[in-house]
Amino acid sequence: MEFFRNVNVDWMGKAKYFVALSLILLAVGWISILRYGGLRYGIDFRGGTLVYVRFSGPAPVNQIRKGLQDAGLANSSIQTISDNVLNGNSQNDVVIGIEKKGEGDEALDASKQTILDVLHKTFGAANTAGKLDFNSISPSSLAAYLTQKDPLSLSTNAGDRYNQLAQRLTDARDKQHGGIVTNFDDLKNVDGAAPSVVAALKDGFALDNFTIRDVEVVGPKVGAQLRRQAILATLYALAGMLLYIAFRFEWVYGAAAVIAVFHDVLITLGFFSIFHFEISLTVIAALLTLVGYSMNDTIVIFDRVREDLRLMRREPFAQVVNKAINQTLSRTILTSGLTFLTVLVLFLMGGEVLRAFSFAMVVGVVVGTYSSFGIAAPIVVLWNKYRGQGTAARVGSAADKRVTAAARR
Amino acid sequence: MNSQLRWKFIFIAAVILLCIYGLIGVPTFPTSWGQVEQNLADRIKLGLDLKGGSHLVLQVQVDEAIGQRCDQAVDQITKQLHEKNISVGEIRRVDDTHILVRNVDPNTSGAFRDLINNQFTDWTLAPAAGEQNGYVIAMKPSIVADIRRDTMDQALETITRRINALGLTEPTIAFTGRGENEILVELPGEGDPTRAKSVIQAGGQLELKRVADEQTFPSESAAQASHGGILPPGSEIVVGKSESTQAGQSPQPVYYILDRAPIITGQDLRGAVPAPSSNSPGQYEVRFQLSTAAAARFGPFTEANIGHRMAIVLDHRVYTAPVINGRIEDSGIIEGNFSQESAQDLSLVLRAGALPASIKYLEERTVGPSLGADSIREGVRASIGSIIVVMIFLVIYYRLSGVNAVVALALNLLILLAFMAYAGAVLTLPGIAGVILTIGMGVDSNVLVFERIREELRSGKAPASAVAVGFDRAFLTIIDTHVTTIVSAVFLFLFGTGPVRGFAVTLVIGLLSNVFTSIYVSRAIFDWHLSRMDRQAQLSI
Repeated sequence: MEFFRNVNVDWMGKAKYFVALSLILLAVGWISILRYGGLRYGIDFRGGTLVYVRFSGPAPVNQIRKGLQDAGLANSSIQTISDNVLNGNSQNDVVIGIEKKGEGDEALDASKQTILDVLHKTFGAANTAGKLDFNSISPSSLAAYLTQKDPLSLSTNAGDRYNQLAQRLTDARDKQHGGIVTNFDDLKNVDGAAPSVVAALKDGFALDNFTIRDVEVVGPKVGAQLRRQAILATLYALAGMLLYIAFRFEWVYGAAAVIAVFHDVLITLGFFSIFHFEISLTVIAALLTLVGYSMNDTIVIFDRVREDLRLMRREPFAQVVNKAINQTLSRTILTSGLTFLTVLVLFLMGGEVLRAFSFAMVVGVVVGTYSSFGIAAPIVVLWNKYRGQGTAARVGSAADKRVTAAARR
Repeated sequence: MNSQLRWKFIFIAAVILLCIYGLIGVPTFPTSWGQVEQNLADRIKLGLDLKGGSHLVLQVQVDEAIGQRCDQAVDQITKQLHEKNISVGEIRRVDDTHILVRNVDPNTSGAFRDLINNQFTDWTLAPAAGEQNGYVIAMKPSIVADIRRDTMDQALETITRRINALGLTEPTIAFTGRGENEILVELPGEGDPTRAKSVIQAGGQLELKRVADEQTFPSESAAQASHGGILPPGSEIVVGKSESTQAGQSPQPVYYILDRAPIITGQDLRGAVPAPSSNSPGQYEVRFQLSTAAAARFGPFTEANIGHRMAIVLDHRVYTAPVINGRIEDSGIIEGNFSQESAQDLSLVLRAGALPASIKYLEERTVGPSLGADSIREGVRASIGSIIVVMIFLVIYYRLSGVNAVVALALNLLILLAFMAYAGAVLTLPGIAGVILTIGMGVDSNVLVFERIREELRSGKAPASAVAVGFDRAFLTIIDTHVTTIVSAVFLFLFGTGPVRGFAVTLVIGLLSNVFTSIYVSRAIFDWHLSRMDRQAQLSI
């Protein structure tokens, strides 16, 4: 099977349209960023408190808001999230966020505690009855409780066996019931959960109809530090790539590749702003992935240009580049298409934790592929034109250059 | 099959076996399917973001320990000056590492300089700018660095002991960050770190001190006033742990005047255990045991002070100040309305020793176990699903050669996972990003080679030479793309923090194994196929 054969497109002739398209995309994205007063950083980079809560039914946002207001946290943000893009109407999960600018780390810690207290006070069945909440108990605490109660009247290895049972019970809670058990009888089919065990659970625990999924508290100083370090590491990595490409090809190829990658990151950030995603540490990983991917794509084309230059010394440089892009087009479409497919599946089915990450990849794969022929290649062509060389430019090792020079003579 | 090709396949088979063994053969050789799953789960270590658990970053206030050393030096210098009859106008600590001495009597300034230079060798003496007969005594930078290092080591040790005593599973406690004063604590599976946090943060500095004034005072100024504004020498005012004596009454602070020097400190403890309170039922107390050396001091002291009060001070607060009724040799009780859990935690902290400086939490992330389970399930399902789709497509598009690519991709994943297991690397969410990029570039390498072979076939080459030329041409491109990405990953590893590093590690391992699978293994399979194929037959690509 084959999609393309003998394609003959004048890519460099369309370079000005590509540049125009890029400028439009950049402008749209960055207008959006400016409109929202800058990029939306996640808690990692901004500092603050985030608590993810899942309820057994639709989240009672208004009640949460009122509870937090009463506790003096009127400036908190409450947002419902769905755990699946395809199933957008599930509204059981909320994120409660508090940003404390210029206050100490203790204040952040205190606000986390306040949020938890409000939740327990407003929705908790457990504390009022003087019982612990089964939906937030850790396996080790549960094992300790069971060992103390000994509902199975075990004499030997009681500790070990209750440890395993506690692990199975919490596994059932987390994996089968999404973290929230609403009725103790649901646990009856867990291996080893005899009626006496379930009775002991009912005796010692209550069931809150919510569970804390995730808590993040990041001091504002740490946030700024993390941000600086991520940016620095990325810049160093780009510099490293630039040097390597300059060493293998010519410095203008390195510069063009890095500019293209920069272009990709800027456009992706713009899309992040348009679609209201936050920049978190995981997104940084996605941006790094896209940098690697886009760079890969660009080098494949440059490699082919280098090779073709040895064969087509008399052709105009733009022609050589066109040919290289056409020759690698089949590969480009195939690889990009498959990668795009992969990250699209991840975006649609990968769950909330991977959402922003895979969004960056979905955008990044498209932009990264496009920038290789739309941005990086035209820059090299333009540079060659600027130097006044209509015909093949020298590229590659010093030995190659000598050969090229000899041929020209 | 020629012998060179045979050796290639033996080598590939050995790599595969080694990888499979690394993934499921250790720690105990599996005899059942359950054991295989168990081993796999043991070998692939998941990060907290995938497994659930608490991640804490705390900062040790190292400057406090340096300041304390400075305070001690001020005390010692003052004492020595007094003994040697050297008179100075004022001596005080300026900041954490500097002491200012003003108006040194010119007649004794030589003796003053000798004293500092000979007896306080950790310090340097210099004249104070703009002050006649004034001096600045500064801590030597090497000493400051020593204190910093010692404080951090001691803090790490103490925190480790405390967390181990809590009995949590597989905690990680390590230095982190570049500020050289941060410690990372990871508690896998812990959904609520509140208790661990308070146990870590507890100062745990126990001191037993003689009460200098039998009275207690409602405020600090009242305590001062009762002695005409000047406290008895060698004494200090310490606030008591405020508790309401009667229900419904708001707690009133109580101030004590105590001897500055403790009789017993936390280092003299041999053990501490919680026990039900003997006085107030339902409550708990902490009983402690002294070392023999401390008991030898404590016995005579208590005997000499029968009828007097003695304060039990924890983290600079008086918990109780009982009257000494008789000679006490080697044990004591801390009362303070403890619950069972708080008595347990306090005895744990006392046993583990005091922190050398206080700590602050910079960062806390707790991923609930259910979220962790969800992200593994959804992430893994999505990844496997998309890999399968990619593989099916490769087989349709490249037919038999596509099968070759599928083998190379699968082997790439196997090597990547096995290498991570052998290296003890942790798979995190950003790590999965690295895996995805690896797969992307793995697919790309195969596609590059195959497209090249197709080109060569189109130009009329025979299958064998088309394969050879295709691999040779694509080799350069593959090396260029991989080296570029590895270079960037190395930089990310060197300069990045936690998550960025996780990405870099999986990426480097994945790309190295990809060069091996997509060039060496894939080529070997092609060669094997060509050697069995009729010379005139078409290559299935």
